[in-house]
Amino acid sequence: MSEVDADADADASPEPGSGRADADGPAGAGTATRTAEATGAGGREDAAGDRPLRVEGLAKSFGGITAVDGASFDVERGQLTGLIGPNGAGKSTTFNLITGFIQPDAGAVYLNGSDVTGRPPYELADRGLVRTFQIARELSEMTVLENMMLAPMHQPGESLWRSVTPGPRRDVQAAEEEALERVWETLEFFEIDHLAEEYAGSLSGGQRKLLELARALLTDPDVLLLDEPFAGVNPSLEERLLEHVHELRERGYTFLLVEHDIDLIMENCARVIVMHQGQILADGVPEAVRADERVIDAYLGGDVE
Amino acid sequence: MTGTDGGAGRDRSTPGEGRTDGGAVDDHLRTDGGTGPTSAASSTPSLLGSDVLKIVALMAGIYLLFTGFGVALGYGTNGIVNTLQRVTFLAAVYAMAVLALNLHWGYTGLFNIGVAGFMAVGAYAMMMLTAPPSAPVPGLGLPFWVGAIGGTLAAAIVGGIAALPALRLRADYLAIVTIAFAEIIRFVFRLSALQTFTVFGVRMGTGGARGISGADPDTVLTDLLFSIPIVGSEVVIPIPGTGTGILIPSVLGSISTTLQGMGVVPNVVRGWVYALVLIAVVAGFYWLLTRIGNSPFGRVLKAIREDEDVARALGKDTARFKIKAFMLGCGLMGLVGILWQGSRGFINPTENFLPQVTFFVWIAMIIGGSGSNTGSVLGGALFAALLFEGPRFAVNVVDANVELGSAPSTISAAVADLLGGDVTSMAAYVMGNIDALRFVLVGVILIYLMQNRPDGLLGHRKETAASIDLSRPARTRSRGPTDPEVAADGAGTGAGSDAGPGGDGQ
Amino acid sequence: MGATESIARGRRLLIERPTAALVALVGVVLLVDLVRRLATGDLTTETLGIFVWRGIVNGLVVGLAGIGLSMTYSILNFANFAHGDYISTGAFAGWASTWVVAGLGRADVGALILVGAGGNVFSSDLGTSITNTPLAIVLGMLVAGAFTVALALAIDRVVYRPMRGEEGISLLIASIGVAFALRYLLVFVFGSAPRSVADTPSDVAVAGVTFWFDWHQLTLVVGSVALMVGVHLLLQGTKLGKSMRAMADNEDLARITGIPTERVIQWTWIIGAGLAGVAGYLLILEAGTIAFNRGWILLLLIFAAVILGGIGSIYGAIAGGLVIGLTDTVSQIWLPSDFTRAAAFLLMILILLYRPEGIFAGRSTA
Repeated sequence: MSEVDADADADASPEPGSGRADADGPAGAGTATRTAEATGAGGREDAAGDRPLRVEGLAKSFGGITAVDGASFDVERGQLTGLIGPNGAGKSTTFNLITGFIQPDAGAVYLNGSDVTGRPPYELADRGLVRTFQIARELSEMTVLENMMLAPMHQPGESLWRSVTPGPRRDVQAAEEEALERVWETLEFFEIDHLAEEYAGSLSGGQRKLLELARALLTDPDVLLLDEPFAGVNPSLEERLLEHVHELRERGYTFLLVEHDIDLIMENCARVIVMHQGQILADGVPEAVRADERVIDAYLGGDVE
Repeated sequence: MTGTDGGAGRDRSTPGEGRTDGGAVDDHLRTDGGTGPTSAASSTPSLLGSDVLKIVALMAGIYLLFTGFGVALGYGTNGIVNTLQRVTFLAAVYAMAVLALNLHWGYTGLFNIGVAGFMAVGAYAMMMLTAPPSAPVPGLGLPFWVGAIGGTLAAAIVGGIAALPALRLRADYLAIVTIAFAEIIRFVFRLSALQTFTVFGVRMGTGGARGISGADPDTVLTDLLFSIPIVGSEVVIPIPGTGTGILIPSVLGSISTTLQGMGVVPNVVRGWVYALVLIAVVAGFYWLLTRIGNSPFGRVLKAIREDEDVARALGKDTARFKIKAFMLGCGLMGLVGILWQGSRGFINPTENFLPQVTFFVWIAMIIGGSGSNTGSVLGGALFAALLFEGPRFAVNVVDANVELGSAPSTISAAVADLLGGDVTSMAAYVMGNIDALRFVLVGVILIYLMQNRPDGLLGHRKETAASIDLSRPARTRSRGPTDPEVAADGAGTGAGSDAGPGGDGQ
Repeated sequence: MGATESIARGRRLLIERPTAALVALVGVVLLVDLVRRLATGDLTTETLGIFVWRGIVNGLVVGLAGIGLSMTYSILNFANFAHGDYISTGAFAGWASTWVVAGLGRADVGALILVGAGGNVFSSDLGTSITNTPLAIVLGMLVAGAFTVALALAIDRVVYRPMRGEEGISLLIASIGVAFALRYLLVFVFGSAPRSVADTPSDVAVAGVTFWFDWHQLTLVVGSVALMVGVHLLLQGTKLGKSMRAMADNEDLARITGIPTERVIQWTWIIGAGLAGVAGYLLILEAGTIAFNRGWILLLLIFAAVILGGIGSIYGAIAGGLVIGLTDTVSQIWLPSDFTRAAAFLLMILILLYRPEGIFAGRSTA
C-alpha cells in the first residue's frame, strides 16, 4: 500500500502549472497520464482498477452527534451508483468526507487504490475525483465561458509568472485555445452553448445544473460525485440530464449520485447504497435493496436493528 | 445584471457570429497581440485604445480644470505648470495604489485595509538600505535601485508573513487583522528602541519618531531620465573627417528650455519629469495587472472571490493563489510607498503612512469600481484631483474673486453672523475649513456609492479573465466531451446551437 | 483521584489544543517572571499597582464602549467602523453641555458650546470638575448619551436601513464613510486642536484616608460599572432583552417567530450608542483633554476587546475590555512603553487567527 502511495504522491503533485503538467504540455494530455497511473496502480492493487473509489469505516461526529458511523462501500468503474437514505442519514456528510471538505474522525478513502483520506478537495480533483454541489454554485459574476474555462486542471496559465512573461504567455494562450475547444464541445453536448456569453448568474435553475455538470466534466475526472443533481429539476430536463449522464457513463465515467428521488435511483443505477443514521444499511442491486425489509423500515421512520 | 456590458450590438441568440471585427466589445481586454494557433480573434488596439482613451480624456479634463483654477487665481505659467505637476503626481500615486489594492480586493476578494502598512515597509526598507552610513540614522548606503528592489521585496515578504495565517479568515476579520497589522508596523517604526541599532556589526536604524532619510527617488529617477541620450541628454554625432559634429538636442532638454523660456522654474521642470516617470510606472502597473487579470491565473482569482469552495472543488489550490496575489499586491504597495511618501528621500511615522491613507485608497477604488483596472486608474485620478486637491483650489478661486472678508475663527461666530443676516461670514468659515469638509464629502460619497452604485464607475464592466478571445472557434466537427480513454467519438449531440430551448429548466 | 485526573486533562489539552496550551504556558511564564521581579525589587508593588489600576480604568472605558460595538456586530451583522466616532461625538456633545452649564453667564455661549474652540475660554476659567460643578458633569453625561443615541438612530435611518440585509462588507464600507463624515464634521465644528476641558481633580480623600485615585477616575469607574449593571438587568430582565438575545443568536429565527426585529435593531442602537456616548464623556473626563480623534484612536482597541470576549457577548466585551486595558499597561513591565499598544493588537490578531469565537465563545448576547 505504501508503495502505491509513494508513487501516486510523487506523480500527482497538485500544484498548478508545475511538474507533471509542464512535462505533459497543455491540459488535455494530463488525462492520459492519470489514467495510466490509475491502471498502473490498479495492477498492483487488486480491484482498484475496477473500483476507483473505496471507502472504509468512515466516521464523523459533530459535538455529540454522530453523523457518519463506520461507513464502508465502494463504487465500480463505469457505473452509476446511487446513495440514498432518509433525511439525516449522513449522505451529505459522507460526500464532504470523501471530497475533503471535512476531515473524518476515523476511516479511510481510497481513490484508484491510493489513500486520499482527508486530503484537500483540490488534491482529489487532481487525482480524478470531482464533486458537484447540491445548490448549484455557479460563479454568477463570471460568464458561462469563464466558468467553464476555469475547470480544466493544470493550466499553464495558472502560474503567475507564466501568464505575465511575454514568451511563456504564448504557451498559455495555446493551452487556452485547446481548452476552449473542449469547452465549446462540452457546452454543445449539454446544449447550453447558446448561453456561453451569459453571466452564470442570469441562468435559470436548470441551466445552472447543466453548467455545474459540464464544468465538472472539464476537470477530466474519473469519478464524479453528484450531490442531488436532480433536485428541483423539471421532468423534461431531468430526462435530458439522465441521457447525458448515461452517455457519459458509457464512455467510461464513474458516477456516485446522492439523491432523494428513490425511483430515479432505482431506475437508473446499477447499484444502490442505502444509508441510515450514519451507517450503511444495504448495498446491492436495486431490486434487492427495494425488497430489503430494513430499508423499508428505515424510510418509514422506524429504528432499524 | 444580465449579459455583458458594452459591446457593439452583439446578438446573443447566435453566439460566435458578428465577431469578425475581433471584438469591438470593450470588456475583452488584451494587451498583447495574441495570435493563437486557431482563428480566435487577436487583440485589437481599439480595445486597449478605448480604455486608455478614457484615462487620457479624464486627465485632459482634470488639466483643463486646474488650468482654469490657475488662471482664475492669477498664476503665471510657472504656477500653472507647477499645479498641474502636483495634480499629476497625486493622480499617479493614487492610481498605482488603487491598482495594487484592486488586485487584492477587486480580483481576489481579500479585504486588505493595511495598505499604508505595506507602503511603510517598502519605503522604510528602501531608506534603511540606502541611507548613508554616516547619517544620523545610518543605513547600508546602497544605491537607489537596490533599495527600491529591496523595499518591494520586503513589502512582499511581510505581506506573505501576514497572509500565511490570515488568508483563511473571512473578509471582515481579515480587515481587522490587516489594519491591526499596519498599526503594529507603524509602532515598530516609531519605536525609540529601534531608532538606531546594530546587527552583525552594521549600524542601522529606523529613525524612530523622527524619521529617516535615504535615497531620493525624485532626484535619482529624474537624473536618470536626463541622462538617457536623445530622451534626456543631447547627443553629438561626430562628422568623420571634420572636427565638428551634429548636435541633436534631447527631448526633455528641448521641453525644459521651452518651459523655462516661458517662465517655469527648473525645479518645477524637474518635478514634471518625475511625474512622467510616475506615469510610466502607472502604465507598467496597468500592463502587469491587466495581463494577470486576463489569464487563467486571474480567472482563478475571480473564482476565489466569488466562491472559494467551487475553485477548490475544481482542483485549484486556492491558498497558494491567494498568497501569491497578496504578496504581489503588497510588493506593489511597497513600491508605491517608495515612490510616493519616499519621493523626497525622507519619511517619518507620524506624518506618513497613517491609516487615513489606506482609507483614501479604498475610497478611490470604490469610486472607480473594484474589479476593473481601468476603473482603478480613473478612480485614483478622480479622487486625487477632485476630492483631494480640487476643493482647496476651488475655495481659493472663490476667495480671490469674491470679497468675503475674513473668516470667523469659530463656527459660533459664523452662525451668529448668519442669524444676523450676514451670509458671507458663514461662507468664509466654510471655505476656510474646506480641508475638513472635503473629507466629510468623501464620507458621504462613500455612503452614497455603497447604497446605490457599489460597483463604482466601471465595476459593473466585466473584463473577461482569459488570455484569448473566448468566442466559438471555427471547427470542422462536433464531438462530445473527451472521455477518459481519449476516444474519438462522433456521436455528440448535434451542433445546433439554436436548436430547441436548450436546457431550460424551470 | 483529583491529581491524576488533572494531569490527564492537562495532557489532553496539550495534544488537542496546542495553541491554547501554548498561550497558557506563556501566561504562566510571564506570571512567574512577574513574581520574580517583585521579589527582587525590579518592580515595586507600587508601580505594578499603578499599571493595574490604569489598566482597569482604561479597560472599563473600552469595555463600556465595546458593549455597543459587540451588539451591533452580532445583531446587525457588521463591524461598525464608525463606533469610535460615535464615542468622540458623544464626548463633544456632553462636554459642550457641561461647559455651557458651568460657564453660563461667565463667558460667551458660542465659545462655550464649542468647548473652547477659538481659544477664548479655558477650562481653568470654568473649573469644571465633578467636585466643583457636579451638576454640569452629570448633565454632560446624560446629554452625551442622549445625543449619541439620536445621532445613531438618524444615521441608521439614512444609511443602514436602506441597506438592511446586505452583506456585512458593504455595511462595513458604508460605516467607514460614516466614520469619515462624522469625524471631519467634528473638526469642522469644533476645530482640530486638542484642548483641556476639565480641571485636574484631587485625589479622593474620605474620612482621612487618601486613595490612589482621583475624583474623575472614581466617577468613571462608578459610572461604567453602574451602566454595565444596568445593561445586564435590561437584557436579563426584560422581554426586550430576551428578543435581543434571540436576534443576536439567529435573526431568521427571530423573524419567523414574530419578534419585531426593527424594534430590536433600534434598541440595539439606543443601548449601544448611548453607552458609547457616555463612555466618550467619561473617557474625556478622566483624561482631561478632548480631541476629535480620541474615539477613532480607541477603535482598534475596542475591536480587540470585543473579539477577545466573543462577538455578541456583553460580558465578553466587558471582560475583553479589562483584558485589553490590562495588557496595554501591564505589558510595560516587559515591553517598551511605546510598544504596549502593539502588544494588545498582536493579542487580538492571535485570537482572530486561532480562536475567533473569542475567549467567552459567546454566541449568546448575554
